[in-house]
Amino acid sequence: MAAQEMTGAEIVIKALVDQGVDTIFGYPGGAVLPIYDALFQQQKIRHILVRHEQAAVHAAEGYARSTGKPGVVLVTSGPGATNAVTGLTDALMDSIPLVCITGQVPTHLIGTDAFQEADTVGITRPCTKHNWLVRSADDLGRIMHEAFYVATNGRPGPVVIDIPKDVQFQKADYLAPQNVVHKTYRPRVKGDIEQIRAAVELIAKAKKPVFYTGGGVVNSGPSASLLLREFVRLTGFPITSTLMGLGAYPASDGQWLGMLGMHGTYEANLAMHDADLIICVGARFDDRVTGNVAAFSPNAKKIHIDIDPSSINKNVKVDIAIIGDCAHVLEDMLRIYKAKAARPEKTALARWWEQIEAWRGKRSLAYKASDDIIKPQYAIERLCALTRGPDTYITTEVGQHQMWAAQHYHFDEPNHWMTSGGLGTMGYGFPAAIGAQIAHPDALVIDIAGEASIQMNIQELSTAIQFMLPVKIFILNNSYMGMVRQWQELLHGGRYSHSYSDALPDFVKLAEAYGAVGIRAEKPGELDDKIREMIAVKKPVIFDCVVDRFENCYPMIPSGAGHHEMILGDDPEAATVTEEGKMLV
Amino acid sequence: MTIQDKIERHTLAVLVDNEAGVLARVIGLFAGRGYNIESLTVAEVDQAEHMSRITVVTRGTPMVIEQIRAQLERLVPVHKVVDLTADRPSIEREMALVKVAGIGEKRVEALRLSEAFRARVVDTTHASFIFEVTGAPEKIDAFVALMRPLGLVDVSRTGVVAIARGAEAM
Ligand SMILES: Cc1ncc(C[n+]2csc(CCOP(=O)(O)OP(=O)(O)O)c2C)c(N)n1
Ligand SMILES: [Mg+2]
Repeated sequence: MAAQEMTGAEIVIKALVDQGVDTIFGYPGGAVLPIYDALFQQQKIRHILVRHEQAAVHAAEGYARSTGKPGVVLVTSGPGATNAVTGLTDALMDSIPLVCITGQVPTHLIGTDAFQEADTVGITRPCTKHNWLVRSADDLGRIMHEAFYVATNGRPGPVVIDIPKDVQFQKADYLAPQNVVHKTYRPRVKGDIEQIRAAVELIAKAKKPVFYTGGGVVNSGPSASLLLREFVRLTGFPITSTLMGLGAYPASDGQWLGMLGMHGTYEANLAMHDADLIICVGARFDDRVTGNVAAFSPNAKKIHIDIDPSSINKNVKVDIAIIGDCAHVLEDMLRIYKAKAARPEKTALARWWEQIEAWRGKRSLAYKASDDIIKPQYAIERLCALTRGPDTYITTEVGQHQMWAAQHYHFDEPNHWMTSGGLGTMGYGFPAAIGAQIAHPDALVIDIAGEASIQMNIQELSTAIQFMLPVKIFILNNSYMGMVRQWQELLHGGRYSHSYSDALPDFVKLAEAYGAVGIRAEKPGELDDKIREMIAVKKPVIFDCVVDRFENCYPMIPSGAGHHEMILGDDPEAATVTEEGKMLV
Repeated sequence: MTIQDKIERHTLAVLVDNEAGVLARVIGLFAGRGYNIESLTVAEVDQAEHMSRITVVTRGTPMVIEQIRAQLERLVPVHKVVDLTADRPSIEREMALVKVAGIGEKRVEALRLSEAFRARVVDTTHASFIFEVTGAPEKIDAFVALMRPLGLVDVSRTGVVAIARGAEAM
């Protein structure tokens, strides 16, 4: 194919189009003006103008997570790039494929502390999967395509392409994607068959097994979820998932134990603790999940399926490691399991389920209902009852409301739940909801928020209005940074140091000021009608749901404790945290 | 202390694409994840293919060493990582330039010891020598220790380079 000469800026646009990109999230500035000019002169790519670069990255994350496609961001040099850092770190921690293009000062000014110069590749090196500084437009086409390849293959993640302004003007030949093969990066997707066979042997012999699944199943694509469902049903084993993996297995299914970990259900955590076999699929034994590693699942053999070899034996030593993409590995595993005669012993499995039912009987997510004050759990329950469906996408901010959403909103499909799991970024949910709404214009997209978190990216209401995105912000307004208050109660003698949400805006008026709709609910009796009202509005809505200020999120594994040491409710006796535990976050 | 917790010293050879920032990536990985670097050397080894070889000596429990290796392999410009301590028998060498100043008895003694270490004199004044000494890191340690009371002024060490024994490439 004959190469076509064009400017660097045109190469950027052409490469995006050739990569199948139709939407990007960004914010202009001096160092990206040539790219903005090229954007202006074309029709194929839609640009969503955010109000803060952090929001551009989170919106791209929401877009990526709800579609399975990479999200694309365009920001200027210096402050544009540094504002994107939180989003990039968030995407790295949660393995979200993103391509972020940053402008840079012209090459001859690099290193001179020029206006709006920042060492963007230096700053973003630890918070990207990979990054590039493009020194010549001759390299630009290749780097653009490599960037998409790296972001989306293997364990997905964010990448940054830093493009000096002179390179955006420079003319060069464009290289089409099919002519680009990455030199070194070849992640393994097929699992080792011998390891898979060995895993199937263990599965067939298990007496107290549990599936422990994570975001890797969602990242692997819809077929991974289907294969997981088939395998779980075929084995009859119980299944739990991390915060990141919710939806890969339907919450409405009988084998589903609910989420595990710090605020996971009693049955999920106890099953992990007492299991004789853990089948980990696309999860990474993170500290929110394991609690005290020394006390973690002492008697279980562990099978770990992960596309990233560095996740294996990082926190927990496993018996069988299978490096590969979840869908590929599950497919092979399922085939080998089906062909094999041996099956787990029925009576042992029945006894295991009996035990699990006993744990379930504790009803660890139960709470004290109230007639005159809205309990936050009740609000999520009602929200779920009235909005649940295949065309509903839920995002969250970070705090108690996030955990209540994970516990009480039930997901039946992957890619419908988006929350900042690894980094725990307040301010994530609303822009992520905007990204999801852009990708699914007719869907119901709700950001379950806290009154503190929502203020971290509230300016995006303006974006939602501009692009006519009917995103719903459902604030569980407890007037506190509730999760901080809860920890202060648990660890610091109830001294509420700076965790009260003082001087809150009137959220209804705030919504109106932006041209959105504000709704407030203060009594349980009015909740359903007002939620229905919210759904009916075809505009952005802030729903200020005034809830019990002092409700805490349970059950909980206090930091430093093991799964078997969960506390189920507000019991001061039970809530003892060791000195070592206090050190942990 | 169980066997799991035992701290081991490992030498890793890392073949990388010699692109801008690759060394910063490797060093940043060690710094950011709290791994230890005892020695690190780097130079281009294949000009045509733009490949560099980094030799890094590190310490950690077996689990940490396995992590370091996996983390290095995960870096996009890394072609290959070989653990020269665990995977195969290998040879390690380091070179040092050692400046010793002194006159009379001490000067004579320094020169005499340098011969025992097969060190070469690469610079001489009436009152000083610069020795070039090559060997395993322990040999250099020993030589430097001996020179200390004899007027050691300066030491410059390359850090360890290593290669597997036998006919195969890395
Ligand atoms: C950017 C950022 N800063 C600080 C924190 C620490 N933090 C975690 S939860 C939380 C309180 C959140 O309050 P709110 O949004 O009202 O949620 P609630 O816990 O009350 O439901 C804070 C400050 C964080 N996660 N992210
Ligand atoms: Mg709050």
